Amino acid sequence: MRNAFADELTKLADSDPRIVLLSGDIGNRLFNEFRERHPDRFYNVGVAEADMIGIAAGMALAGLRPICYTIASFAIYRAFEQIRVDLCYPNLPVLIVGVGAGLGYAANGPTHHSCEDIAVLRALPNMTVLCPADAWELRSLLGASLHLNGPSYMRIGKKGEPVVHTERPSLTIGQAFQLRSGTDVALLSTGTLLPEVLTAAERLNAAGISASVYSMHTVKPLDEALLGQLAQSARLIVTIEEHSRIGGLGSAVAEWTSDHHMTNTGLLRFGTPDKILHHTGEQQHARVAAGLTVDRYVADIQTAWREVTAQK
Amino acid sequence: MTASLDELQLIARRIRGRVLELSHRAGTPHLGSSLSCVEMIVAAYWGGLDLKASSAAEIAQDRFILSKGHAATTLYAALAMKGFFPETWLDTYAEPGAMLGEHPSPGTPGIDVATGSLGHGLPVGVGLALAARIQQRNNRVVVLMSDGECNEGSVWEAALFAPSQRLNRLLVMIDYNKWQATGRSDEVTALSPLREKWEAFGWRAVDVDGHDLPTLVQWIQSEPDADGRPTVLVAQTVKGKGVSFMEDDNNWHYRIPTADELARAFVELQLT
Repeated sequence: MRNAFADELTKLADSDPRIVLLSGDIGNRLFNEFRERHPDRFYNVGVAEADMIGIAAGMALAGLRPICYTIASFAIYRAFEQIRVDLCYPNLPVLIVGVGAGLGYAANGPTHHSCEDIAVLRALPNMTVLCPADAWELRSLLGASLHLNGPSYMRIGKKGEPVVHTERPSLTIGQAFQLRSGTDVALLSTGTLLPEVLTAAERLNAAGISASVYSMHTVKPLDEALLGQLAQSARLIVTIEEHSRIGGLGSAVAEWTSDHHMTNTGLLRFGTPDKILHHTGEQQHARVAAGLTVDRYVADIQTAWREVTAQK
Repeated sequence: MTASLDELQLIARRIRGRVLELSHRAGTPHLGSSLSCVEMIVAAYWGGLDLKASSAAEIAQDRFILSKGHAATTLYAALAMKGFFPETWLDTYAEPGAMLGEHPSPGTPGIDVATGSLGHGLPVGVGLALAARIQQRNNRVVVLMSDGECNEGSVWEAALFAPSQRLNRLLVMIDYNKWQATGRSDEVTALSPLREKWEAFGWRAVDVDGHDLPTLVQWIQSEPDADGRPTVLVAQTVKGKGVSFMEDDNNWHYRIPTADELARAFVELQLT
């Protein structure tokens, strides 16, 4: 995904002189092409995330479109107050791109995990939170984000993520993208777990449960129109994310269903547990440890399905 | 210089009067900090910077950031006198629903950056200075910080980065009044020697008298450093400057002047 980001941003910068790329001393060689083509619009600000956000705010005040790039956990947790005060308070159009979000840097240990980033950013006024599922969604959302009038955060994977789309989808920020139709259960996936969610939907279908699948590439603003439709049509909504069950997409949907007294439709939320994952291991190992597996989705959804259908 | 020294000194006295009056009427603190930086704000607004009342809408202009946002009343008084907003806005300062609060808020005419949480102004100033260079403008950026603010790590992140980019149109003024909220700034942390620290970070670092208007104006108007260094003025100041019974007394970080104290201060400032 990071290669798609560098490639797409380089192209966008060719035609948009406002784009400036700030890196927190990461992306060795990743931005060589960008630097070559736009030498005055790339800055490695060093290992200084708070400074990076403040610098981006200053650039945005002068009419530029800065994009801050570093490992998700550092960008968000270290610089949180700068994001809040420098970007959200004056509502400045700065995009923060967090690479290796969720468990993308699982093997680097918990310092590099970011399973609370959606939660903390979703709470900030004016912030838009984007979670592309694959390189194509990233390219589509990156272009769209440049039309936002305020701050945004895009949490992306690292490298080698499977591609779901066969071409660039035309995504609208705030509107979920439907990948599969179904009548019984709606699977709402955000981020790079989407391929596994599609596999789960196929298996559910084979087991007699008709499942629709949506890529919730925008967590904030939440696609409330979709939730309103699903409240009428689906018996069970399922959220799946590589993020804590506290504060992420699942929480956002739970807040919505609670606020709207949605009693006819059940809600099942998959996410990482409320604990530090001490195990060493690569991303797939960490996903299994966190309970983010197709087997688990299918089994738990079948159980929940039996419960909601037994109620009537 | 666009105004005579006499005129600048009169402006400084009037700003001090406003600051005292606002603190008394609204019951808001940080009086000592607001009084110690009056001359630096006068130098910024009357000393030759191109600061447009239209603020953020106008990109091609100089920028001034009050990073020590707790001195907001000094900034408000200057902005009102320069016509950024009507003087009547000062009359409702800190009242419920008023435009002007205890700390500067972006969206207020003439104010781009939210300060009050310390350590934000310099990184934003670095971004503004870099943007000016990218956009091939010769605009200057001036950031006013406090000495206590130099406790913040983000200050030193920016202090490391700015010289690497040779941002010689960036000018920082540090209001070195030797006090922070609860103690001597040289004792709370090992701040001293402050000028030498900045010099070691690659800045053109100068000790100045922070109440000497001609010197401050001279630095505001100075040519960018030929070696490409950003400039920092370590401005020696007195907290509570201008009112004898407030000078160098840190109780006035939080104390609110009574009506009698306000009257005595006005006599000292020859504002009656």
